[in-house]
Amino acid sequence: MKVLKKLVDNIKPTFSKGGKLSFLHSTFDAFETFLFVPDHVTKKGVHVRDSIDLKRTMTMVILALMPALLFGMYNTGYQHNLATGGDMAFWDMFFFGFLKVLPLIIVSYAVGLGIEFIAAQIRGHEVNEGYLVTGMLIPLIMPVDVPLWILSLSVIFAVIVGKEVFGGTGMNIWNPALLSRAFVFFAYPSQISGDKIWIEGLSKGEGIVDGFSGATPLANAAAGQDIPSFMDMFIGLIPGSIGETSALAILIGAALLLLTGIASWKIMISTFAGGLLTGLLLNLLAPEGSYMALPAVNHLVMGGFAFGAVFMATDPVTGSQTERGKWIYGFLIGVMAILIRVFNPGYPEGMMLAILLLNTFAPFIDHFVVQSNIKRRLRRAAVK
Amino acid sequence: MSNKILLRKGLNIPLKGSATNQIARSISPDILAVKPTDFRGLNPKLLVKEGDPVKAGTPIMADKKSPEILICSPASGTVKEIVRGEKRKLLQILIQTDKQQEYEHSNAPELRKSGTPQEIKANLLSSGLWALIKQRPYGTIADPAKEPKAIFISGFDSAPLAADMDYAMRSEFDNMQVGADILSKLTKGGVHIGLHADTFAGSPMHRLERVKIHVFDGPHPAGNVGIQIHHISPINKGETVWTLDLYTLAAIGRLFNKGLFDLRRVMAVVGPRVKNPAYIETLPGISMKMIADMVDSVAEVRCGEDVGIRFISGNVLTGENVGAEGYTGIFHNTITLITEGSYREMFGWIKPVRGKKFSVSRSYFSWLMPGRKYSLDTNLNGGERAFVVTGAYEKVLPMDILPMYLFKAILAEDIDKMEQLGIYEIIEEDVALCEFVCPSKTDIQDIVTRGISIMIKEMS
Repeated sequence: MKVLKKLVDNIKPTFSKGGKLSFLHSTFDAFETFLFVPDHVTKKGVHVRDSIDLKRTMTMVILALMPALLFGMYNTGYQHNLATGGDMAFWDMFFFGFLKVLPLIIVSYAVGLGIEFIAAQIRGHEVNEGYLVTGMLIPLIMPVDVPLWILSLSVIFAVIVGKEVFGGTGMNIWNPALLSRAFVFFAYPSQISGDKIWIEGLSKGEGIVDGFSGATPLANAAAGQDIPSFMDMFIGLIPGSIGETSALAILIGAALLLLTGIASWKIMISTFAGGLLTGLLLNLLAPEGSYMALPAVNHLVMGGFAFGAVFMATDPVTGSQTERGKWIYGFLIGVMAILIRVFNPGYPEGMMLAILLLNTFAPFIDHFVVQSNIKRRLRRAAVK
Repeated sequence: MSNKILLRKGLNIPLKGSATNQIARSISPDILAVKPTDFRGLNPKLLVKEGDPVKAGTPIMADKKSPEILICSPASGTVKEIVRGEKRKLLQILIQTDKQQEYEHSNAPELRKSGTPQEIKANLLSSGLWALIKQRPYGTIADPAKEPKAIFISGFDSAPLAADMDYAMRSEFDNMQVGADILSKLTKGGVHIGLHADTFAGSPMHRLERVKIHVFDGPHPAGNVGIQIHHISPINKGETVWTLDLYTLAAIGRLFNKGLFDLRRVMAVVGPRVKNPAYIETLPGISMKMIADMVDSVAEVRCGEDVGIRFISGNVLTGENVGAEGYTGIFHNTITLITEGSYREMFGWIKPVRGKKFSVSRSYFSWLMPGRKYSLDTNLNGGERAFVVTGAYEKVLPMDILPMYLFKAILAEDIDKMEQLGIYEIIEEDVALCEFVCPSKTDIQDIVTRGISIMIKEMS
């Protein structure tokens, strides 16, 4: 530890103002603060500070993503095994999935952090931690067979257009991870939709068991076909994007986020409530046998609903920022997600669009909350 | 007694080193400092020069805009030095004190029974005590031309390790009663005193008559007068209220009892780096050197690096870092000594357990040990970032105010929004906890200071 400190101290002048490599100041700073919590002390205002910082916050979110990630790796192997009729053991399947998912994560981080570093360099800021979470979210909401070049393009789009043009972490309007997913969805519809891409190897068509369909439950439901049971979808051994199939794994992550208080419980609960109530309402109105008749609870474990509610809707930067607004914001995400799913034949999944839509309207919701606060405070004056 | 007002939001920071209820010593300082920077909005004009003799109560500064507002010397002696900073900004006036305290004579006791509001005002102004009365909005020196809606005094200080005012004021009842009677002649809205639900029954302030007692329950900032005003009678546009601390209340009483400008007070010397935290009896403006032997001088090492001590006049949330040779501020009831945080902790941000660190967030385990006290240091515990996390400030501000929106309105210098969102109701101390909990390490109090100066400039 002392050796490392000395090393850092020795090379620091090179990267500081006036040093040879001073233009790499932000990069050096990022690595230094990664190694050590800096020795910065409070200057004005309070003399002591809470121990939490953004690095810690982001680390918690990544920890919460781990169950979904590990399950996603296993499921990748499991689905492949199922499709090819193989007889892989548990660890074989996990390892298979691990090897398939790892490149996606590496590419996502390498490309995204690369841009972050360059952007910080240009601005002369410290490198932000925001991408640590985004970089993990992006692979988790992609189909496993997404080509790496498409993934790279989507990351570039998300980070530059979704975040840096607005000023970096904390300034963006839309959730960058979802923006990358939307980018892929709309820019490469032929490569990235249909029934084949959800399972590794299926699109190449080699050695596939006859009659095996890789269709996701959502696609099946939209087409009026049978879907897996609620329990199967809850456990998550079904085709789908890497991290989103298992509601169980996601709920473990949600528990961590709620316990640590990192994510807003208001948004999570209201999103699920919105989805459930909309589902129930549709059940009531549904003609026999239509998509509307799909039991409401099933909606909550299908597709990206749970993942979106726990990890995407709760993004504090793009979500509603007032405590009351959070209730409305989450509820409307749930409502919109189900409505898009059921009534829009073009898009089997509605969660992504619902969250992006409500990201757009979050400031609008907050505006009304703020106005009501202002009015209440003005009334107070009148009463006196 | 009126109803109890329960404040659920807030936070008591579990800092080590609270004072035991005893007077460690009585300090008669040889040098005292008067700092014009303690008074917001004061544009000081010097009335003395180096070498001039002064008594306790001799005016040494006046406000350029309202010359009737005087700042007086708390002790008798000679003006030793006038310390100026950049652009000749007046920083402090040092007074070499006499052995025997001599006072300026005041005719205040004659006015105690039958003085008119005008006479009382004139007397408070000429005595120098007026400068210790603040007005809200903004926390500036009270404007003598305005009559306040009411006068508010917080009867307890809930800040971390702050002096127990019940103890500090235990023998000041008579002075406080006279002070309250005098003040109540200056407003129609009465004198309001806030007390804490846990201790109010035994408090000397509880026995005060002809005042309105309000009882508050809850963690810091329940003891901030701004928070109390918000729940008793919030300040709206165009309204003015006055606030003062108990020391000033007692000093007013002393002036009208004995005719003396006497600011003696009981202060707490606290913090993890104090050997035996206790109280001292002293005047405001003493040097930190006077308490040198109370300092825990054992060198501390954190993460392999020697770390020094920070000398804070005031508490850890709102106090001023004055250094080992600096002087205490006139509005402070506490001296806090904590460890400097100038060390680097390897992978500190990712370590699952950091036993010595405290956090309100549950990403650390300090929430599992609610009774534990911490030796917090001045490390920033992270880097400064843009606003990211939401909902954190709201948990520590017990007011019907949307803090994040108010701060952003200030940053945008949007006067209308600042006004609508509550700039009239807060000063820095009220949002200090927001700054403490902020994961983005934003300087919230500094933002509020900026907001208040913008408002003062715009509205004058």
